[in-house]
Amino acid sequence: MTAASAGYGKALDLITRVRGVRGAMLVSAEDGIVVAEQLMEGIKGPAVSALAASLATRLRRAMEAAGVGASLFWHLQAEQGALLVVPTPGGGGTLVVAVAEPDVNVGLVRLELLRAAEVVA
Amino acid sequence: MTTRAVETWTLEPLVKFVKEAGSRLVLVMTSAGQVLAQHGFSRAVDVMSAAALGAAIMASTDEMARQLHQPPFAALNHQGERHGIFLAGLATARGRLVALVVYDLDVSSLGLVQLFFEQLAADLQAASPKDSVPKQVLAADFERQLSDSLNTLFGR
Repeated sequence: MTAASAGYGKALDLITRVRGVRGAMLVSAEDGIVVAEQLMEGIKGPAVSALAASLATRLRRAMEAAGVGASLFWHLQAEQGALLVVPTPGGGGTLVVAVAEPDVNVGLVRLELLRAAEVVA
Repeated sequence: MTTRAVETWTLEPLVKFVKEAGSRLVLVMTSAGQVLAQHGFSRAVDVMSAAALGAAIMASTDEMARQLHQPPFAALNHQGERHGIFLAGLATARGRLVALVVYDLDVSSLGLVQLFFEQLAADLQAASPKDSVPKQVLAADFERQLSDSLNTLFGR
């Protein structure tokens, strides 16, 4: 294991330790491929990765069109859970993604996602 | 952009794949390069070239895998500045088929193409006629069959 991949594992570990988080991933924003993952059974990593990256591309365009700059954090709340995403700073091209229960502490997950994004960047 | 098929059972899975993966051009062909369905091509000559090149790449990588004592490579992706090319084999009752997918990087991604290709492979497997024997294309009939296929693929 390289130092970089060990660092990625540690960053994901901090996210998945938050109560209610069912998995965390690092995703290449450009091609939607999983870079690293820690997911509970039943979560389709490649599907979440590909679709989240596709959504990130469209959101980036929407943000640019709206003239509000790059997105820093997004939280999609669904009936049975939530998807939380932080793009790495500086346009590094990686997304830090968490899949969580509906009642997760969003503030805490956001904090850990931002920390992980710093590590990855 | 139109989607057309020489073998009609390929049409519905292909239309679904194109819509979901956001691909620009798609060919579904046999490993010999005989085209069964296409999406997005406007000229017959482009279909013939792409099919021949795609089949040749698959044959080359299959041989490389054989020399490495490995099973055939599942898929090959080549990413350029604006487009990506994805080439992969899939098993059906009609025999082994090859899909060649060209996608725009600002519309789709490798992850999306891979994701929906798995569904395409499953859909084609399910839709392929179970009792059909793949037709052998004889050299004497090759040109006529190619011409017939291209006429069907371009609605002539």
